[in-house]
Amino acid sequence: MQPIRQIEGIVAPLDRPNVDTDQIIPKQFLKSIGRTGFGPYLFDEWRYLDRGEWGQDCSKRPLNGDFVLNQPRYRGTRVLLARENFGCGSSREHAAWAMLDFGIQCVIAPSFADIFFSNCSKNGLLAVTLPAGQVDSLFREVFAQPRYVLKVDLPAQTVTTPSGVMHGFEFPPSLKHRLVEGLDEIGVTLQYAEDIRAYEARGASEAPWLHPQTPP
Amino acid sequence: MAARTLYDKLWDAHVVRHFDDGSSLIYIDRHLVHEVTSPQAFEGLRLAGRRPWRKDANLAVFDHNVPTDDQSRIDDPISRQQLETLEQNVVAWQIPNFRIRDPRNGIVHVVGPEQGASLPGMTIVCGDSHTSTNGALGALAFGIGTSEVEHVLATQTLVLRKARNMLIDVHGALPPGVTAKDIILAIIGRIGTAGGTGYTIEYAGETVRAMSVEERMTMCNMAIEAGARAGLVAVDEKTIGYVHGRPSSPRGPMWEKAVEAWRDLHSDTGARFDAVVEIDAGSLKPQVTWGTSPEMVIAVDACVPDPAAEADPVRADGMRRAMEYMGLAPGTPITAIAIDKVFIGSCTNSRLSDLRAAAAVVRGRMVASSVKQALVVPGSGLVKQQAEAEGLDRVFRDAGFEWREPGCSMCLGMNPDRLSPGERCASTSNRNFEGRQGPRGRTHLVSPAMAAAAAIAGHFTDVRELS
Repeated sequence: MQPIRQIEGIVAPLDRPNVDTDQIIPKQFLKSIGRTGFGPYLFDEWRYLDRGEWGQDCSKRPLNGDFVLNQPRYRGTRVLLARENFGCGSSREHAAWAMLDFGIQCVIAPSFADIFFSNCSKNGLLAVTLPAGQVDSLFREVFAQPRYVLKVDLPAQTVTTPSGVMHGFEFPPSLKHRLVEGLDEIGVTLQYAEDIRAYEARGASEAPWLHPQTPP
Repeated sequence: MAARTLYDKLWDAHVVRHFDDGSSLIYIDRHLVHEVTSPQAFEGLRLAGRRPWRKDANLAVFDHNVPTDDQSRIDDPISRQQLETLEQNVVAWQIPNFRIRDPRNGIVHVVGPEQGASLPGMTIVCGDSHTSTNGALGALAFGIGTSEVEHVLATQTLVLRKARNMLIDVHGALPPGVTAKDIILAIIGRIGTAGGTGYTIEYAGETVRAMSVEERMTMCNMAIEAGARAGLVAVDEKTIGYVHGRPSSPRGPMWEKAVEAWRDLHSDTGARFDAVVEIDAGSLKPQVTWGTSPEMVIAVDACVPDPAAEADPVRADGMRRAMEYMGLAPGTPITAIAIDKVFIGSCTNSRLSDLRAAAAVVRGRMVASSVKQALVVPGSGLVKQQAEAEGLDRVFRDAGFEWREPGCSMCLGMNPDRLSPGERCASTSNRNFEGRQGPRGRTHLVSPAMAAAAAIAGHFTDVRELS
């Protein structure tokens, strides 16, 4: 995973609560067995006027001009500004893959669904939680100012507006360390292989039915 | 030791190691696998030169992409490739699995408990948010993303932060026509789709104690629709009776030992919960969702609400958008909404008791001529066999329903079963999100009995009044 430190870029406002992962990447694209190539289908049902299918050339599809990411002023979006409970619903990690593949590196919202937040953290998509009032004021600024840019600094845990206002955010320390260093989580966990084996040895004597005969 | 909740006990029993920042390395006893969220994980394993840590902890099924009419062939080449990829992976890594058309195959969250692959006291994960279903057995069960699937395959653990404890205390006798599905929909309506975010929910109270294990599965299944990754119910005699004699359940002296341990799988008296929600089931009515989020739900005798009466502008805007999508106007009585399709199935409501409840409504009646399609999709091949042994397939077929092969079917439309644009469906599934059952499709979530009643009437109707 690429380390994440500072992200600076155009902000697009997605002004609706409870955006679910079925909207972020609809189910027909989950048939792909890869991790890449989902970007053209991000928010497919909102972004295009026709029905998309995996493998389709999206350059010729009719666009929904009302959808925020289709508007010229948000071209090149790197930061998505969203409302509460972003990423709710299905556990599909394809949602995080699609956002990254599209070019979004950071999502800012008042709250995230748990599984989506976890999926972001495994892929280097930075999910920043700010209080609802601050998110509200960012929405107002984005709407008011074309080509609005935010600076997000993970090591410093700050979001800075063009006028220099700085919002601090909370972030789990171990997760921050892993993202800033770009560490492979499995590699880190395997350093504790002896602990896992010791746990299994204990379990085999204390709760042997938890190692049941599995169906063939 | 201080009084602990059921969640505290399950968590404590699986800690491999605590980390300084408050996260823990948690051991995973059971990993359920399906074709959609696993291919990238197996590929990651291969690219990193790693191997599965413990093959026998895994069980793979084929459910999301499978057609439910003829399972001898898969027409969609992309679906077929995904199913074949799982076949290749289970062979390459010797992962226990049930193939398509094996009667033991079916929807992953139906198969796990049915086979005894999911047991009380376990940690159970799957790359599927409805893994919470398995919590009905007194197990800590939750959905994970594909990177976590790879992590579990490679290490048999996950790095997690402990959630907070929420108790949902349900009391009162269930009125006739009101089911576990209606209770969980009413709970989501009350606390919202983010109400349980950051919590593990334990469902308790006399109403839950009186429920069958299958009804508890319906409650736990939709914990995720309330924002909680996991839902739990304490172990009691019903749980033990359910687990007894299943293919992968312990036997003989091992069974006795397991049961003794399982009897401690309940919250201690005086255990502290961070949040408590009280639900009076005795006052509930059958529920129907009207919008595009499971929290947009009301009683069958109510009318579609008016966004103008909503004080919060963001919420009011969400309501307007949902109404536009659903093609509904404020003030429309729920019973005036006509439907095009009916879907009885999904990991929420495709078990034998669900099919019996729907069949009891259907028996001797006919699907309304205005209904284009009414599907019954059993949760597994074994559920299908049992239902057929009871003659339920005849009841449904005689009434004009299609009786299908097991699979996820129209819950998410990754297979040929789906809604066409604008079609409206009475569905026993779990998500009424935009496009969930097919692009521009309109989903109303209901119980199996209410879906059956809607099929007969051609519109939503109070199952208690069906003469």
